Amino acid sequence: MQALALRRWTWVHKWSSLICTIFMLLLCLTGLPLIFHHEIGHWLGTEVEPPVMPAGTPMADLDRVAEAARAAQPGMSLQYLFRAADEPELWHVTLGRDAADTEYTRSVVVDARSTAVLAQPRLDEGFMYLMFRLHVDLFADLPGKLFLGGMGLLLVVALVSGVVLYAPFMRKLEFGTVRRQRSRRLFWLDQHNLLGIVTLMWALVVGGTGVINTWADLLIKLWQHEQVSEMVAPYHGQPVPTALGSLEAAARVAGQAEPDKQLAFVAFPGTALSSPYHYTVFMRGVTPVSARLFKPVLVDARSAQLTASREPPWYITGLLLSQPLHFGDYGGMPLKIIWALLDILTMVVLGSGLYLWWVKYRQASRLGEAATQPLPSGEGAA
Amino acid sequence: MSGSPQHPSSWQLWRWPVGLAIVSLLGLITALVSDDLGDWIAWLTLGLLPVVAWHFGLRRRG
Repeated sequence: MQALALRRWTWVHKWSSLICTIFMLLLCLTGLPLIFHHEIGHWLGTEVEPPVMPAGTPMADLDRVAEAARAAQPGMSLQYLFRAADEPELWHVTLGRDAADTEYTRSVVVDARSTAVLAQPRLDEGFMYLMFRLHVDLFADLPGKLFLGGMGLLLVVALVSGVVLYAPFMRKLEFGTVRRQRSRRLFWLDQHNLLGIVTLMWALVVGGTGVINTWADLLIKLWQHEQVSEMVAPYHGQPVPTALGSLEAAARVAGQAEPDKQLAFVAFPGTALSSPYHYTVFMRGVTPVSARLFKPVLVDARSAQLTASREPPWYITGLLLSQPLHFGDYGGMPLKIIWALLDILTMVVLGSGLYLWWVKYRQASRLGEAATQPLPSGEGAA
Repeated sequence: MSGSPQHPSSWQLWRWPVGLAIVSLLGLITALVSDDLGDWIAWLTLGLLPVVAWHFGLRRRG
């Protein structure tokens, strides 16, 4: 590489890294407990366990589930009804002051078989909530998400420029050389290069998918604008329903429309993921990949008639597939542990980069100071 | 590679980084598309990364 090109890439690597490092350290640090949020929830006692019941106990009518949640939070509007693929015995119901409310929401966990209210966990307090908000948006909502997305893009630039600089730095060294006896700076430079290149692809994928996740709100708005508005176009001008029809009937219609899929969650009329006139029933597949993808089925909230069902656009599919690749929650506990180890190694890369910059900066400052000192005149000597 | 060559070939310089990148991608994708075998492949391939870091990072040399 020519000297000028090397200087330019060094400049790009230095500044892209310097700007994003503190935020990336924060994201790695807050991401660490989030990898184990289920396990920490169990440990803290905030995770709800379904009561043991005889095998084959039938699932309750969804209208009764919704009613139980509403009774637990009187005066609140139903927003979402969700269940995890590996825990179908629990319905997690979200309610707000109205369907569109995102400020004051409450969560109710209902037993899918008995409709007993098992818990009303507060999702907006505690250690994990603090970690989550710092990781997702720095408590600044969409601007915070987009800011962190920008920092993620800088990380990608830093990684790519780091790869470009890897060759000139490693030209005369074997792979994995760590020079311990020379100086602390060389030791950390070698560790930085080694750990950086070892974790490169993982960091690129986790960083890149993290950036995509920061655009989730915007992508959902785009999906609503492009596809949902088209699907509900025949409803324009109609009065918004004040009384809703059967949720169970809507779920059954969605199941008939997508017989190869399972119900994942329901967005109630007026929420961000639905229209004012519909239950949007999100169905998921049963294979490892399709279980991550949701297909929306719009069902008329009054008549429980099928309105439309379309495959989501490519950017929603990309968003949904990017989530497991960012969270590391798709390969059981061993993968979570590996994710945590790689997260820690990434923190070492970030920290060593910061240290290397600081050492170089201090050296340059000292050289600068020495250059501005007056030359010894010889006065007083001899 | 043995010794410290003055001008290693691209293969010598990049075989480890490219190999690790391919192994990482393989692990990241297989667990996503397959549950049992895919998970095992992911654990082995991605688990190799901390092992490589540990092996070279803690090895006394230089």
